Amino acid sequence: MSSLPDSPRRTALDATHRALGATMTDFAGWDMPLRYGSEREEHVAVRTRAGLFDLSHMGEITLTGPQAAEALDLALVGNLSSVAVGRARYTIICDADGGILDDLIVYRLADQTYLVVANASNSQTVLDALTERAAGFDGAVRDDRDAYALLAVQGPESPGILKSLTDADLDGLKYYAGLPGTVAGVQALIARTGYTGEDGFELFVAPGDAETLWQALTEAGAPVGLIPCGLSCRDTLRLEAGMPLYGNELTTAITPFDAGLGRMVKFEKTTNGGRFVGREPLEGVAKRAAEAPPRKLVGLVATGRRVPRAGFSVVAADGTVIGEVTSGAPSPTLGKPIAMAYVDAEHAAPGTEGVAVDIRGTHEPYEVVALPFYKRER
Amino acid sequence: MSNPQQLRYSKEHEWLSAAADGVSTVGITEHAAGALGDVVFVQLPEVGAEVTAGEPCGELESTKSVSDLYAPVTGEITEVNQDVVDDPSLVNTAPFEGGWLFKVKISDEPDDLLSADEYTAFTES
Repeated sequence: MSSLPDSPRRTALDATHRALGATMTDFAGWDMPLRYGSEREEHVAVRTRAGLFDLSHMGEITLTGPQAAEALDLALVGNLSSVAVGRARYTIICDADGGILDDLIVYRLADQTYLVVANASNSQTVLDALTERAAGFDGAVRDDRDAYALLAVQGPESPGILKSLTDADLDGLKYYAGLPGTVAGVQALIARTGYTGEDGFELFVAPGDAETLWQALTEAGAPVGLIPCGLSCRDTLRLEAGMPLYGNELTTAITPFDAGLGRMVKFEKTTNGGRFVGREPLEGVAKRAAEAPPRKLVGLVATGRRVPRAGFSVVAADGTVIGEVTSGAPSPTLGKPIAMAYVDAEHAAPGTEGVAVDIRGTHEPYEVVALPFYKRER
Repeated sequence: MSNPQQLRYSKEHEWLSAAADGVSTVGITEHAAGALGDVVFVQLPEVGAEVTAGEPCGELESTKSVSDLYAPVTGEITEVNQDVVDDPSLVNTAPFEGGWLFKVKISDEPDDLLSADEYTAFTES
């Protein structure tokens, strides 16, 4: 069987990226900015000043109706009916075997309205699963992937930049909260969320308003050093912050317990008689994880300068394979290569001696550390 | 970007200076550096090592990937650029100048090295 690849989709800001001279890359079927100049400078800008991202490839799905909360409680591992209006939650959708279909951010916009944000690569899978799982409930699942452009402004200067463009109460907007407001004259859902390890905001707007908002943020941010940032630095920022990436740390072959995210599985749900998709297999996994922990997701920090990449083997002093790298990159903040890896529990404690990564045949020594690599000062 | 006229180029995106006493300087092109992104680590051949045209003789690590460094000619390494080992970002900021990688005493060269114009056409095709 063969099929011609579809031409990549372009966001509402495509012409802007090209005018800025961005290096573009195909990501999950979207033509997205990889970097505008130096990805290290973009990374440092987000850590020390501010960066502006186009994340319009992310997939939005809206659930509405009297039983929207119950439908999500059945469909996801988290307890979404307990989320207050105006708040958001990081959660996971599993398949019937407990494998991870995607990790999600779910915003409760109103008592009977939720906005689910899925990864671009999984948005169709998530839409299909939510549609199927919500079928028995009084509510509707709406494909809003084309209804939104998503811009993110991230970094310590981001609150000041946004305040200059909106009357919304940003000081009252907590981390993982969202409220509707007007930014630079544009109607937006203003969310205090991100994927960088810094304070910051994600702004959901109509695609037709994306350009206006991008230019306003660029102008308001320029005096404090905001620069446009691409997906390359987004990846190193999230890696330093110890945040998993679907396709790397998370796959359908991995359960939330394997990924160290077991706390997000709520067996004590009160809706639907406690039922949710994946519950039975996950109960077994939880029990095994408590008795005999499987591989653990750990951080690795290089002592040398060669960079570990996804798929490289983690080896013990005797050369035995004890794990696998899931993400690796040179860390701009630490100044050395870092990686996340699944490692056998007996070698997973921080400070474990003799751990190395097989980098093209050479066993390069690595230090096992607890995640995250970087945590901002609050 | 423009590729200096006085250099010759390989299809693996190395540049090669005109030989002086049989020794040429080698680096990677601005096109290649731009495609790699920020270079964070370079592994160069040892001085005295024999390298073979078209064969890997080192590595360039960037944020996203690692790439082999290919020898554009056959010969003996006479010098490596310690500055670029210490500060790999020179590959990005000055690929045709301070970001040079090594010098090689040429014993043989392939017949498919490109002129600047040919290389420019090659990268645009």
